[in-house]
Order: sequence, then structure tokens, then C-alpha cells
Amino acid sequence: MKALCWHGANDVRVDTVPDPKIINPRDAIIKITSTAICGSDLHIYDGYIPTMQSGDILGHEFMGEVVEVGSAINNLKIGDRVVIPFTISCGSCFFCNRDLWSLCDNSNPNAWMAEKMYGHSPAALFGYSHLFGGYAGGQAEYARVPFADVGAMKIPDGLTDDQVLFLTDIFPTGYMAAENCDIEPGDIVAVWGCGPVGQFAIKSAYMLGAERVIGIDRIPERLQMAKEKCNAEIINYEEVDAGEALKEMTGGRGPDACIDAVGMEAHGTGPDSFYDQVKQAVRLETDRPTALRQVIVAARKGGHVSIAGVYGGFLDKIPMGAAFNKGLTFKMGQTHVHKYLRPLLERIQNGEIDPSFVITHRLPLQEAPHGYEIFKKKKDSCIKVVLKPGG
Amino acid sequence: MESSDITNPQDQQSQSGSSNLSDTERWGSLIGGGALVLMGLRQGSLRGALTAIAGGGLIYHGATAQSSIQEKVGMNQSIKVEKTVTINKSPEELYRFWHNFENLPTFMKHLKYVRVINQTRSHWIANAPMGSSVEWDADIVNDQENKLIAWTSVEGADVDNSGFVRFTPTASGRGTEVKVVIEYNPPGGAVGSAIAKLFGEEPEQQAGDDLRRFKQLMETGEIPTTEGQPSGRK
Repeated sequence: MKALCWHGANDVRVDTVPDPKIINPRDAIIKITSTAICGSDLHIYDGYIPTMQSGDILGHEFMGEVVEVGSAINNLKIGDRVVIPFTISCGSCFFCNRDLWSLCDNSNPNAWMAEKMYGHSPAALFGYSHLFGGYAGGQAEYARVPFADVGAMKIPDGLTDDQVLFLTDIFPTGYMAAENCDIEPGDIVAVWGCGPVGQFAIKSAYMLGAERVIGIDRIPERLQMAKEKCNAEIINYEEVDAGEALKEMTGGRGPDACIDAVGMEAHGTGPDSFYDQVKQAVRLETDRPTALRQVIVAARKGGHVSIAGVYGGFLDKIPMGAAFNKGLTFKMGQTHVHKYLRPLLERIQNGEIDPSFVITHRLPLQEAPHGYEIFKKKKDSCIKVVLKPGG
Repeated sequence: MESSDITNPQDQQSQSGSSNLSDTERWGSLIGGGALVLMGLRQGSLRGALTAIAGGGLIYHGATAQSSIQEKVGMNQSIKVEKTVTINKSPEELYRFWHNFENLPTFMKHLKYVRVINQTRSHWIANAPMGSSVEWDADIVNDQENKLIAWTSVEGADVDNSGFVRFTPTASGRGTEVKVVIEYNPPGGAVGSAIAKLFGEEPEQQAGDDLRRFKQLMETGEIPTTEGQPSGRK
């Protein structure tokens, strides 16, 4: 089959690789009909995710049709149309039982690596380095889905791929980011990063009762999308000081909740941002927490900080004094996608949201390397790329 | 691994009088349910403790005497490992699966094959360096239903070893804490050191990985793997 393989920083290629096969009893094989490039794939593309190996198949936002099932699968059949959560979860451990699916105890075959780095291993992820399991990803014609009996959700007729594809990651991720804000009536929520996850965080914050949502970015078309499609107020941090603007917009109080939808490769304008770019470039720092610092300083006293952007390692100069002395509540983590699949599918079916509004580019899988290039460089107003195998 | 596990026989002899009792107590507490860890247990083999406890605690002195003879003839590369994991299953289910030693190779990577001979005795074959293997017979020396299984190799083993597994339900219904303690005493000489290397290379991680596979198998019915999946590696 054809698959998008990582061969090093800024080097991804569509290679011909063997077809996946059933390995374990709870596996299924999916023929992929749609698969997207995620902002977090860019961290891999840029070479900032450790334990990648040349030849690894990328991609963790994919859906398709079941073509083969393992001997222990009784709830899926050939031909079922399914979406696949990007987190791989067993469904039977302490964490899965408590809806903490991204913390699954059992899915990571390389748990020892994660234990060395993090103390304990989170769930494995598709196509996201050997630290997170080394599972082949879904930017391919076919993928093997472990624990498919709990991981694959059937899609009812009448919904297009574009409408449901983002249930695999970015819609639940934005939704969980908003949920982690513990929004109360009258709350103002600020969202750093108006990429696809930021867009869904804005929409979700409104769904969960926010009075006002403010989006912060520097890319005009992303700010425009936040304003026009998601009803956000917007701040371009290259034009104004985001911290000051937020204070003015919130009567001096600061936002009740702040969402970091940026993560480890933040851009910024201040000296701290330059410091991080240099340190990260020479590998003295794993992550560039520019957005996170702003979030902490901007949040109102007693407010919530919700982190949806990915962090991987060790961060410098986090204003812990501000966090402590303002009594902030932090919530974060990889998304417990399985928990959100059905409730969010219902919101799509009810017509509350059509997630396809973030899509700016549809490309055949063959052109995936071009997709990475324009997504990374934000060329051609690129916000979200959907790839079509066989397209 | 504690550096003190590899001790000079002279040191051991000079200390044996004073530390025997406390070590027996500590081993007893470990096997009996205490939270004690191996750290600092300079003295006394697991085999000795297991035999002592099986026999009521009185023959422990004899067991240590035997182990110090082994040490004198160069059999002093004792490797002790202790690991604990919490499994979301009842002690009954876990005990039942483990008690059939023929199941052990499904999650203990270095084991090739185990055959149960009778109620207490089993024959074990483990992978050794350069495609060879080592074999031994083991006896269950302590068997407490749904709580504990302890075993030791019998005379003539290629690798003298012993171990126990303990199943303790957690207070709040969060499953069962499974503790495994294993000790190997590889023979001296070149073969011995090759075997010591096999069992001794990051033994904590090896035991931890075995125990994790046990957990995965019991909780999910399979052992997650990526072996055999496609990649773009030539």
C-alpha cells in the first residue's frame, strides 16, 4: 500500500510499504477513506518529537471502512464505516474504566520508555513516535487498529467523511479543552492559537455556556475564521500586546479561563520567545512555552488554565509564582477521545456544529508531502488538510 | 540492583551473626504481606527464607549456612529482583492463571517452555545466550490459595533460582497488587557469567516488563505489540 513515512526533519515521503495485517485478536484493519494532517504532526515534521525512526508511518486522524477483524471482535463487521480515536485504549484497565482513555495502562508496548521519561506511561497513540507505542499511523491506504472493539465507532448513514472525520482528534480535543475550563455562566474564555483545535475550543466554549470567547493568533485568515465561523472576538498579538488587550476587554479582571491551543512550538514577539527559539534550536530546551507563559499571566485570579497544545519535555521559565499566587487551576492532557465520540457525534447529527468548516485543503494522499509543507508554512491560507487515499 | 547484593563472602561471614534474625524477619514480612523492599537485604537467600517459612521458620539458619558455602565456591552472583504492579482483576483470577506454570512463558519473555509434572513439581526451559537453553526442575514450596505461590529450583538446576508471587487485593476495589520477587544464583565460570548477563541485564526492567505483559494479558486478553506491522524501513 501507499503510506506517508517520516524520514527525518522536514522529510516525509509517500512510500510503498507492506499492507497491515491482523496481529492480535482485538485488531481490525481499516481501509482509509479520509485522513488529516494534525498540527501535532508538525512537531514530528519539524523534528521535535524524540524516538521517531526513519520509515515510521504518520497520521492519527483517520476513518474508513472495516475490511478485516480479529478473532475477538464481535461488534464490528466487514464494511462498517468507522472513525478511529487517535489514542489507543484497551477499555478494561483502571483508567479506561474511569473515562481517562488517554491514560490507558495497557496499550503502549514501549511503556518502559515512557516510564523513564514521565514516571508512568500514558496510552499509545497512532503514528506518534516509539515513546507512544510505535504504532503505524493512518496517513495510508490501510491501517491496523488495535483494541478496535472499543476504539472504532460506527458512523450512521447520511453523514459525510468531512463532517465526522474530526471526531478522531481535534473536535474532542477542542471540546475537552473547553470542558477543562469548568465554564460558569458569564465566563469569558480566551483561546491562544486559532488553528483547528483553537477553532473547536472556541465553538465548544460557547456550547458549554461561555458568555464571550476571545481568540488570539497572528495569522489573519485564522483570526478571520475564529471571528466569522466561531463568533469569537479576536486579538492579533503582532499588532497589540495580547496581555494588555485582554485586560481591557475583561474590565481589568482577566479571562476566567485561558486555553493554550498552541503547545510546544509557540511563536511570540517578546525576548522570551526569542530565548526559547534559540534554546530549542540548539536542543537546550524541548519545548517553547511562549503561549503557556502568557496564559498564566493573563488568567484572572482563581481562574482556570486549560492546556490542549502538546508538550513533550522540559519547559523553561514557567511563571509558577504567578500561577501559585493567583491560585490558578490547571487541567491538561491528551484527549480522552473515546469519552467524547458519541456525545459529539450527536451534536453533529443535531446540526449544532458542522466540523468541516476548518477544512481549507483536500489533497490526494500522494500529495501529502506538499500538504505538510503548506500547513507548516501556512502557505495558501492553509488551516486544515484532508488527504484522500486513492484520490 | 543494589551493589550490596554482590558481597564479599568474608564480609558476609563477619556479619552473619548479627543480621540473620532481622533478615529472616524482613523476608518473612515481605512474603507475609509487608511492604518491605529488597534494598539493604545484604544477607540470606530468598531460597533460604522461602524454605524457612515453609518449614515454620526454624531451619533458616541451615539455609544461610548452605548459601555461604555456595558463595565460598564462587556461586555468589546472586541477582535479586522485586517488582509490583496493580492489576484490575481479582486475586482469584490472577492466582489461577499463574498457578498453572505452563502459562508463564506467554508473558515471561526469557522462558521457552514450562511443563507441569505433578502438583508441586514442574520442569522449566529458558533461553540462554547463543541459541542455547538452560533447564531446571522447580518445586512449589509454599502455596496459599489466591494469596501466594513460592517456588525454588531443585538440585541439579542449570541456574539455581527461586521466587514468589503474592496477590493482595487493594483496599478500595482497585484490583490486586501483584508482587514478584525472584532470585537467581547463576553458576560460576564463563557459562555462569553469560547466564548472569542474560538474567542480569537490567533485571528490574526485565521483571517489570514480564509483569506488565501479565497485566496486559489478564486485563485485555492480549499483549499489545507492533511486531509485524508495516513501515517504510527497507
